[in-house]
Amino acid sequence: MMRRSFVPVLALAAVMFAAAPVLIARAPYETTMGLVQKIFYFHVPSAMMMFVSAFVCGIASAVFLFGRAPRADRVALAGAELVAVFGLVVLVTGPIWARKAWGVWWQWDARLTSSLLLWMIFLAYLLLRRYGGPGADRLSAGLALFGMANVPFVYWSVNVWRTLHPKTTVVPSLDPAMRPAFWWSVLAFALLYLAVFAARLRLEDQRARLEALFLELDE
Amino acid sequence: MLRRHIGQWGMALAGAALAAGPALAGGLGQPATGAPEGFEPVTAVPAQEQLPAAPMLIAAYAFVWVMLLVYLWSIWRRLSAVERELADVARRVEQARRD
Repeated sequence: MMRRSFVPVLALAAVMFAAAPVLIARAPYETTMGLVQKIFYFHVPSAMMMFVSAFVCGIASAVFLFGRAPRADRVALAGAELVAVFGLVVLVTGPIWARKAWGVWWQWDARLTSSLLLWMIFLAYLLLRRYGGPGADRLSAGLALFGMANVPFVYWSVNVWRTLHPKTTVVPSLDPAMRPAFWWSVLAFALLYLAVFAARLRLEDQRARLEALFLELDE
Repeated sequence: MLRRHIGQWGMALAGAALAAGPALAGGLGQPATGAPEGFEPVTAVPAQEQLPAAPMLIAAYAFVWVMLLVYLWSIWRRLSAVERELADVARRVEQARRD
């Protein structure tokens, strides 16, 4: 089912991505930041997907650790890689926006620092899986649980600490004229995430099949 | 004795510099025109000092597109390699079963 829906979902995501700039161009400028604020329409959905993926990885890791389900481990690995990918998008588009809006590429404030740490936790997960040897799957599952637990801290950091970063009220209080472009982008990113996740999971499933076949060949 | 000579010459030079300084400054005449005497505040950053927004917006969007396309290509490449190997090993397993 996943394979059959992969191409239509990816195609739909591609169409939505192609149409997004039109909607974004039509959205009004922000009062103080002007044109550069439009990075928001890709920056925030990427961050959303990063958080979603962290939860996917964390929950799958819990299922793997406590339920001992091998497929859950593959889901977790696919999720972790997507945290790294979408996290990189957030950590690059954010500073580009910041350079114009704040005058600096980076600030060691609560939101930026905690986002960077979250990204690094999942990079550590991937390095552990790649180079950790036997038992790395269980160790990394534990790390993923820690990473998932960090997501609420990253999200709420802007409300708790004094930061340059806009607060979480920005999205709920978004101007009606800006909402179509924003939610269109969120949907496009969500569809893209589903398609890419399915492809990444298939890669892990095929690797598992290959491993099983190698074992059978050895016997 | 050498140190005494060096000390004497050094003091002579210092004295000469102290005496010549004001004379030289006077000789240079008026300070360069436009030299600021203080800082003047402005309410808005002058246009020539502002960073252009459009290149940054384009750079951000271009990065997102490139990153996602590269990642998709990476998955496709890895998946193709694994599926090729899978087909090969499956053939060998089938062969082994027949034998």
